[in-house]
Amino acid sequence: MGLAVLVGVVGCGAAGTSGNSGVHKTIRVEGSDTLVNVAQAWAERYHMSQPGVSVQVLGGGSGVGIASLIDGNCDIANTSRSMKPDEMETVRARRSVDAVETIAALDALAVLVHAQNPRESITIDELAEIFGDGGQTVKWSQLGVTDLPGGHDKIIRVGRQNSSGTYAFFREIVLGKKRDFKLGSIDAHGSKDAVLLIARTPGAIGYSGMGYITTGVKALAISRRRGDPAIEPTIENARNGTYPLTRPLELYTAGPPQGAIKEYIEWILSPKGQKIVLEQGYVPVRDHE
Amino acid sequence: MNDQASSGGNRRRRSSAAAWLLRASETAMEWLIYACGWSAIFFVFAIFIFVLGQAAPMLFGKLDFIEFFTSTEWQPTSEVRPRFGILALLVGTLSVTALAMAICVPLGLGAAVFISEFCGGKFKEGLKITIELLAAIPSVVWGFIGVTVLGPILVETAGAPVGVNLLNGGIILALMSAPVIVSVGEDSLKAVPDSYREAGLALGASRWEIVYRVLFPAAKNGLLAAVLLGVGRAIGETMAVLMVTGHAVQIPTSLMDPVRTLTATIASELGEAVKGGEHYRVLFVIGLVLFAITFVVNLTSDLVVKGIRHER
Repeated sequence: MGLAVLVGVVGCGAAGTSGNSGVHKTIRVEGSDTLVNVAQAWAERYHMSQPGVSVQVLGGGSGVGIASLIDGNCDIANTSRSMKPDEMETVRARRSVDAVETIAALDALAVLVHAQNPRESITIDELAEIFGDGGQTVKWSQLGVTDLPGGHDKIIRVGRQNSSGTYAFFREIVLGKKRDFKLGSIDAHGSKDAVLLIARTPGAIGYSGMGYITTGVKALAISRRRGDPAIEPTIENARNGTYPLTRPLELYTAGPPQGAIKEYIEWILSPKGQKIVLEQGYVPVRDHE
Repeated sequence: MNDQASSGGNRRRRSSAAAWLLRASETAMEWLIYACGWSAIFFVFAIFIFVLGQAAPMLFGKLDFIEFFTSTEWQPTSEVRPRFGILALLVGTLSVTALAMAICVPLGLGAAVFISEFCGGKFKEGLKITIELLAAIPSVVWGFIGVTVLGPILVETAGAPVGVNLLNGGIILALMSAPVIVSVGEDSLKAVPDSYREAGLALGASRWEIVYRVLFPAAKNGLLAAVLLGVGRAIGETMAVLMVTGHAVQIPTSLMDPVRTLTATIASELGEAVKGGEHYRVLFVIGLVLFAITFVVNLTSDLVVKGIRHER
């Protein structure tokens, strides 16, 4: 259920003020749905160690988080894409400081097929012919797959809504800057919905963050071109940069983070915070516990 | 004498104070109701003006209307060239609504006839309550049923390549619109005077003949209004269609093709569209298109219902 905006308020006023500082602080975090589970877990764990600080996490998407940062409605914007130049400009104009990014984790986009699909790997070129505008691959038999359950042959492309960060990232890596997606894909609203649909559809192929993989789907290994070694979407491969579909997950603040927000971001990058990244199925950027 | 006069004066004074209070509260109540009535109109206009205002920069000037209505290319976030063609979305909305109506009009009107003419007592009351309950199911729950129950059934039995498609959307929307059609249809059949039925019986008509030859013509405006209200419900539905139609930008060529509707497009894309950008504004233009469609449907059903009153 992508539409439902995840709301998590960790520790409300009365419970929080029992901390020794006596001053209660709330940090408002908003943005990417990809990051929302991790952000939620960070918030809960941080509140346990720092009862005087509560962190309020909202989802809605990278764009929503950035818009909120521009309007001053949140302290940290979570994004699964870098800020666009015009967004940077707006932050400067409205908040009179520059937006500052912190890479908090990495996400590897997995290319997913139905669990019973015999295919184990795929090249970027093959993906481009499936997903790209004008691409000619429409049947699994064109890819040498002839024994899908139920005798299905048609490739069912499962994408994301065209305003999502995941959509833009997949397009940039697989199709390049100068090519659009082929229309007619099933545009799932949220990564969870996409994975759920692929698991129920024998002929499906789609993409989502590595953290969303379930037992009903299979993640394909990816090679940059025919003949290159196929790279599995694993944490090691994402961290050492060999897996092609890896992207940074960022925290943006208006101006350099200060005070409680600075402490919070430092904690996220500490081994404790990075361990949560790993637990949630994403890739840590620093050493973890 | 004097005593009596003064006590009479008191009574008169008291009663005039009471009357004043009564009149004041009456006037206040009248104004309150007046304000309630006007607030509905005010809000509709406020919403319309807001949507128009958000859409205006695209609507007047930048938007190519020929492309907007005739192109199937919906690529609002393209890096190459953003394209705003809503033909596929328009066809999606119309096809899923038409399919839903094809399923639920016979079903809904049949149920209305059955409830109004062929059953009575506790069974009738039970049926009416159950159907009203059907209208109370939230659309997201309908969506879940479509995705988790109906979808797999379509894949396994009908051999659909994917379970979320036009047929799934049509069936779910039909079930959602049926309660409106049944309850309004039943009301309009009930409004046909019993003398009509008695006259039919006296002429030796069978019960089916009475329904077909007497009740349908007599209640035709009400039944038409019921259908149009169902159409309005189906066009406006968002959450359930977002989940069960497959949300794919294409003109369907079979019942098993995924489609995408206008409402679902707004719901899924508005949240992350850059505020004030072209994509954002075009979504508001789509809102205006939906406004126009529902306005025409509602106006038609209003005029039809007015037609009934004139006949009486």
